[in-house]
Amino acid sequence: MSETQTIQNSAENVSGASILLDQVTKQYPGQTKPAVGGLTMEIPAGSIVMFVGPSGCGKTTTLKMINRLIEPTDGAIVINGDNVTDMNGDKLRRQIGYVIQAGGLFPHMSVAANIGLVPKMLGWDKDRIAARVDELLELVSLDPTVYRNRYPKELSGGQQQRIGVARALAADPPILLMDEPFGAVDPITRQRLQNELLNIQAELQKTIVCVTHDFDEAVKLGDWIAIFNEGAQIEQYDSPERILANPSNEFVENFIGSGAGLKQLTLNRVHEVEQQKAVTAAPGESPEAVIARLQEAGQQNVVILDSRGRAIQWLSQRQLSRMQVISDAADPNLPLVNEQSTLNEALDAMLVASTSAALVAGRRDAFTGLITVNTVMDAISAGQAAAQGDGDAPVGLNTGSIPQISDDDAPVNAAATDRHAATNTEGDAAAAGSTVAATSENASRPRDDAREPHAENHDTVNGHTTTNGHRAPWDETRRDSSATDRGDVGEENLTETRDRP
Amino acid sequence: MQPSAYGEGGDGTRVWDFVRDSYQQILFASWQHLSLVVQCLVLATVLAVVLSALVYRSKTASALANGVSAMGLTIPSFALIGLLIAPFGFGVLPAVIVVTFFATLPILRNAVVGLNSIPASVVESARGIGMSRFRTLATVELPMAWPIILAGIRVSAQMVIGIAAVAAYTLGPGLGGFIFSGLSRLGGANAFESVVVGVVGVILLAIILDLLLVVLSRLTTSRGIRV
Ligand SMILES: Nc1ncnc2c1ncn2[C@@H]1O[C@H](COP(=O)(O)OP(=O)(O)OP(=O)(O)O)[C@@H](O)[C@H]1O
Ligand SMILES: [Mg+2]
Repeated sequence: MSETQTIQNSAENVSGASILLDQVTKQYPGQTKPAVGGLTMEIPAGSIVMFVGPSGCGKTTTLKMINRLIEPTDGAIVINGDNVTDMNGDKLRRQIGYVIQAGGLFPHMSVAANIGLVPKMLGWDKDRIAARVDELLELVSLDPTVYRNRYPKELSGGQQQRIGVARALAADPPILLMDEPFGAVDPITRQRLQNELLNIQAELQKTIVCVTHDFDEAVKLGDWIAIFNEGAQIEQYDSPERILANPSNEFVENFIGSGAGLKQLTLNRVHEVEQQKAVTAAPGESPEAVIARLQEAGQQNVVILDSRGRAIQWLSQRQLSRMQVISDAADPNLPLVNEQSTLNEALDAMLVASTSAALVAGRRDAFTGLITVNTVMDAISAGQAAAQGDGDAPVGLNTGSIPQISDDDAPVNAAATDRHAATNTEGDAAAAGSTVAATSENASRPRDDAREPHAENHDTVNGHTTTNGHRAPWDETRRDSSATDRGDVGEENLTETRDRP
Repeated sequence: MQPSAYGEGGDGTRVWDFVRDSYQQILFASWQHLSLVVQCLVLATVLAVVLSALVYRSKTASALANGVSAMGLTIPSFALIGLLIAPFGFGVLPAVIVVTFFATLPILRNAVVGLNSIPASVVESARGIGMSRFRTLATVELPMAWPIILAGIRVSAQMVIGIAAVAAYTLGPGLGGFIFSGLSRLGGANAFESVVVGVVGVILLAIILDLLLVVLSRLTTSRGIRV
């Protein structure tokens, strides 16, 4: 099947797998309306898709149908081109990571046993499991020697949640499903966990589907956001940027809330702006030597890094001059942000610490540089200006990708969908322009369709994926293409409402 | 004062004499008693766990199991023994059946409660990472319900140590023999001593068994769910 090939094709470029929900319906017994009605939706490989929507709209049901914890009443689940609707559910679930609120850890098993469960079921030997457990604990920033043998009750909520993520990743599944994973932790821990997830994702490139109640979280984490209404009707499925700039209808507008302008700020991440270099030093160095280095670099402050490259102190020349030796104590009040933090989180950190800059940590908390208040302000104004401007900035929509769905166009897609490059490089300007126009026009369509009794949800779909995993081409693009390129090759690959009885 | 003190002392001495004269029989009977109870408890635990695993997913079946367990406990053990003599005759078999029957009931009730008390989220995440229903039951639900099941086993143990004594009426093994033979010839030589030895022996066994179960629970309950 051409559809099958398409999906396999896109998956060659990323470690994640693409998911296609093909006209999936869930009708719970004894209910008049289906909880999920005729939902067709593609989740591009290697990207994070966030499900948001009012309570009871069917987000969890949709998510659980992907790993068939809930069996669809109708329709098919296609993962990487394989129809998994009829395969053994337990085997399927061993290949799909699953994280729920508060981790869902088994209280009678140690951390190591919890994490090692899936590898054990898959028949890995003990040494390999033990090594993997330590590796994963490192990945979620917990020291294996300290935490390996603990029990869940001996962990904080945030730590439990991390173990939940580690357990889900244990057998390196291409897909991670998360149902309100950070719903049960305090806001600060939540931010940390979100950043960690983004760092892990930058490293692993999984396909992540995440349900959330928090639209800000969706904006921060999502490459794509699906906004659902009752019965899992898709109101809009698009990039955070475009949903904020161009809500497809009133429902979405109301859902986003009046703070949309401010939410735009959460789109900018620390790693997207320039960082200042800082002079660094290690504990145990002599203060004089460090002061000399600072003066040479013309800087006032030095960042002290521990053996893992994490910032533990931030000292001025004056503080240094009063010291005998630089200690290895960690200052708990450092204005620390993560590369994945949003700019307003960075600003917040500076305000809290009353500093004009914040220390940026990257993967596994290693110090990468400084972000200053000026950088933040500049980026915020630039971002706002961009958001107010024309809707063509975000890319994803290379019309070209649709007809070319077949084989070798994936690299082209990848280039085309690079967020920054695409507008200029890929395709002719005219094509890009027409895409954009078509998109905004289409934006209102899902709702129209929803009003028709039979044309339920079908038409949202079939994006494709890119190596970067970000900003893949897009469902609505495909609609464009079907509108413009009727009869084209791509057409047969796609599930279209009108093709159905 | 003096005579009664003497009398009691005399009885005490005579009990002691009785114990000294027949300590081998007593030890043997105690061992048999304990052995009967422990074996029946093991059997009952297996039965109760299997039954609870069959019923716990259904509300109706769980309620039914609880009802049966509550009603079963109201049956006088002596009556049940009497009823069993007809089909099974005298001997060990009816004793085993009665002891196991009564031992099963509290364990069954606790096992159903224990399995039902496991948070849905835990079961969901077990299924979510690809455990089969059976594996979920065996590696997650039962271990988590184990402390509650063990509490049921302790209740059972206390109860059936007494019932096993009664079951000796069918000439089953154990300390009940001392009690029945003493009671049947009360006033005769060593009759009273025999009853005392039986009763005290049962109490001591109950204490010993409970201690063993406490140790067992320490050894078999994960540190993660110990209170
Ligand atoms: N096991 C079930 N049996 C019957 N109906 C169910 C079941 N699970 C969910 N539903 C119904 O299906 C609809 C969708 O439920 P679902 O759990 O998917 O919502 P949700 O979007 O995840 O909501 P929330 O944000 O509150 O978690 C709801 O109306 C709910 O009542
Ligand atoms: Mg839900």
